[in-house]
Amino acid sequence: MSIDSVFVHKMWDDHELSKMVKGGVPFPMLSDAGGKVGKIYGVYDDDAGVETRGRFIIDPDGVLQGYEVLTPPVGRNVMESIRQVQAFQLIRESQGKEATPSGWKPGKKTLNPGPDLVGKVWEVWKTDMAFD
Amino acid sequence: MPEEVDVGCARPTGGPVGETVPEEDEPIVEAIYSKEETTMIQVGKKVPDFTAPGYHQGKFMSTTLSEYLGKWVLLCFYPGDFTFV
Repeated sequence: MSIDSVFVHKMWDDHELSKMVKGGVPFPMLSDAGGKVGKIYGVYDDDAGVETRGRFIIDPDGVLQGYEVLTPPVGRNVMESIRQVQAFQLIRESQGKEATPSGWKPGKKTLNPGPDLVGKVWEVWKTDMAFD
Repeated sequence: MPEEVDVGCARPTGGPVGETVPEEDEPIVEAIYSKEETTMIQVGKKVPDFTAPGYHQGKFMSTTLSEYLGKWVLLCFYPGDFTFV
């Protein structure tokens, strides 16, 4: 979603994005002329008249699980967004019985929060697991 | 799901769902107050619903966020077309 019109979205998809992604962008490219939606999400920059790089993960109940907002010059890490969605999906499936510690990605160990884990995280989770 | 819309020369725009159009004779002071009352979004809370025009696979559509209830949604804002993500 950006402040560009749907016509500009079409031109961008036709002339550039479809050369990067076969068949063009597979999801809706939304227009927020005037920044009305950006304002309620706290990402519209009034002075510049554009949206900043805001990214929101919304679960199937319409509940916000996470967000990240960057100023325009720095691009996002798409893999990190996907990792976070995978983590939130796992938590939802386990109905909160599992938690994903720092550095978690699919296939890695999860934690089961509860009285038995208090003060024992160091036994089951090592610092280097945050960096591998 | 998103419905196709006819787009003329006017630039269609979106906005929050349920937004009321202010009366013409509404005092300016009240208008300023209501602008400042916009609630900040918060993790763990429901996101505000909105409707916005969009372009999708060769068609101009009108999309409402709540149409995606039941699915995971990644909503991304960016400064402008022809920039990176």
